Amino acid sequence: MARGLSLAALRDAAAAGIVAGLLALPLLGFRLLDSAQGLSLGYRLSWVFYAVIGVFLGRLVLNLIGAKWAARPRSTHHNAAMARFTPSASQSEYIAGWAMIAIAFVLPFLPFVDRNVVDRMTLVLIYVMLGTGLNIVVGLAGLLDLGYVAFYAVGAYSYALLALNFDLSFWICLPLAGIFAAAFGVLLGFPVLRLRGDYLAIVTLGFGEIVRVILINWQSLTGGPNGLVGIPRPSFFGLEFRAGAGGFADVFGLAFSPAQRIYFLYYLILALALITIAFVQRVRSLPIGRAWEALREDEIACRSLGLNPTTIKLSAFALGAAFAGFAGSFFATRQGFISPESFSFIESAIILAIVVLGGMGSQIGIVLAAVLLVGLPEWFRDLQQYRMLAFGGAMVLIMLWRPQGLLSRRTPTAKLAEAGSS
Amino acid sequence: MLEIRDLRSGYGLIEVLQGISLRVETGEIATLIGANGAGKTTLLMTLSGQPRARNGSIVFDGKDITHTPMHNLVRLGIAHVPEGRHIFPRMTVLENLQLGAFACDPKNFADDLDFALTLFPQLESRMAQRGGTLSGGEQQMLAIGRGLMSRPRLLLLDEPSLGLAPLIVRQVFDTIRLINRERKTTILLVEQNAFQALKLSDKAYVMVNGAITLSGTGAELLGNSEVQAAYMEGGLAQTVPA
Repeated sequence: MARGLSLAALRDAAAAGIVAGLLALPLLGFRLLDSAQGLSLGYRLSWVFYAVIGVFLGRLVLNLIGAKWAARPRSTHHNAAMARFTPSASQSEYIAGWAMIAIAFVLPFLPFVDRNVVDRMTLVLIYVMLGTGLNIVVGLAGLLDLGYVAFYAVGAYSYALLALNFDLSFWICLPLAGIFAAAFGVLLGFPVLRLRGDYLAIVTLGFGEIVRVILINWQSLTGGPNGLVGIPRPSFFGLEFRAGAGGFADVFGLAFSPAQRIYFLYYLILALALITIAFVQRVRSLPIGRAWEALREDEIACRSLGLNPTTIKLSAFALGAAFAGFAGSFFATRQGFISPESFSFIESAIILAIVVLGGMGSQIGIVLAAVLLVGLPEWFRDLQQYRMLAFGGAMVLIMLWRPQGLLSRRTPTAKLAEAGSS
Repeated sequence: MLEIRDLRSGYGLIEVLQGISLRVETGEIATLIGANGAGKTTLLMTLSGQPRARNGSIVFDGKDITHTPMHNLVRLGIAHVPEGRHIFPRMTVLENLQLGAFACDPKNFADDLDFALTLFPQLESRMAQRGGTLSGGEQQMLAIGRGLMSRPRLLLLDEPSLGLAPLIVRQVFDTIRLINRERKTTILLVEQNAFQALKLSDKAYVMVNGAITLSGTGAELLGNSEVQAAYMEGGLAQTVPA
């Protein structure tokens, strides 16, 4: 049977190769040459050859993997007994998760990775954190929030103002920024308690804009459109990243390099993002996390089971906002400069896109989507003005390929073995 | 155990309940039958505080619960299994049942889970399956099982037979009787399937246009010609061979 399968796969791949050849011949095979003598026709038959080989091999690999995929043991839906004991998909997700963490840790030491890549990954990790926070509100509690950037802004400005005016250190400001953002989350939560879906989306959108407009207009406090400059950078347990005596490099006997701060910031946000992810992972199996998910599923059922929707919604808004606050204060310390421009609606849209693309509730999905959405546009930079076009195209393709998001499977938070003991 | 006096409520300008009074004694099964739109579901929802009662009172175990919000009733010992099942579709059967015990002492969980599974053995093999993938009958069983996880003293059941095959309907009604006997749970049942419901109830009320028009024991109403004509035309004939 296996031979029959691979033969069929081979035949299919050959057919795909022939089609590719036919298509590639006019598309890749001919080339217009613009020379001094005028236009002439050139040939690039080697390209056609590569295209055929590429398509043939790609198709073959896909076929073989696909055959294996189709032959894999099906579980969850029809064979509940199996699913009960071996949630196989979640196991591979588990391995993938640890692999990603390992890669993230060694990333700065990989040979092909330079400062720019680390800097870019720092930005990606900020969005991982934001996505994870928004996931509490949108993915778990099912409350569509289009103004999430407001909490990010509150966090960033909290840190900047506290550090500039009161000379507080980053480590004291970080929790304070989270608390301020959470307070704003509750502030937003109260008026929208009775709203759902589209209506909620519109009000939260408005809230995001209100915060941005206040930041622009409250000149005396926020510096208005000019923003705040000279925000203190974080220190390594009191050691600053600067040249000369008493700096980080000096104490550790290293040669001073501005890259040290970038690497430090990278590990800082990595730690923050991991804490966020671990927290959300854990909270999902606690009563409050269950309650969020139950609220997303059915509000009437929630009430009838004694869950108070008011506290559930407010806690989701508050916790989601707190993580945006943490991310915001990190953003402020990394940039050293913030202005209302950094907190426009497009940011909310990108964070929401990360959550939706990641699969509404999936942690690894969010990481993948953040790499894709924040990382890719930068790598598309060579395309210049077509960058956003390529970005949009990529998003359309993903939504066609996986309308439910990259990883939409929901991992149950309870297994039967635990049930007896709990 | 439950006493409702002159209860009025409705939505906006429309007054659905026009002065309802009824009593449910401890340990009995009381049934409320009536046609579509009579206000049966509104009565149960008003009991749960949404919509709010405009007039009258609801007393449970000597305590006035007229204005108690729905989410506080569970702690008092009232479980409401709403019309249309309202299970959590993306969560597993086990998670659904766990949420049923959300407001309760976790040490009873294992016992209550056992009880729910003895009532509905079909659910056992489906524990890891998502609620939304269950059949209609299984979803109804899950909804009732979930309601029982809070060890209610009073169980409000809203149209448990809705949209179910006749065989499953009979199973559901048998289970309701079993819950009443085994756990001494008082039950207020709202049904359109008058014949089946009246057969198992100690007391029954007929509701027409937001008012109680008839009441008596289940057997009395079963024999009442008016009730037969209005709610069981053909129903009797259908169920005789079964």
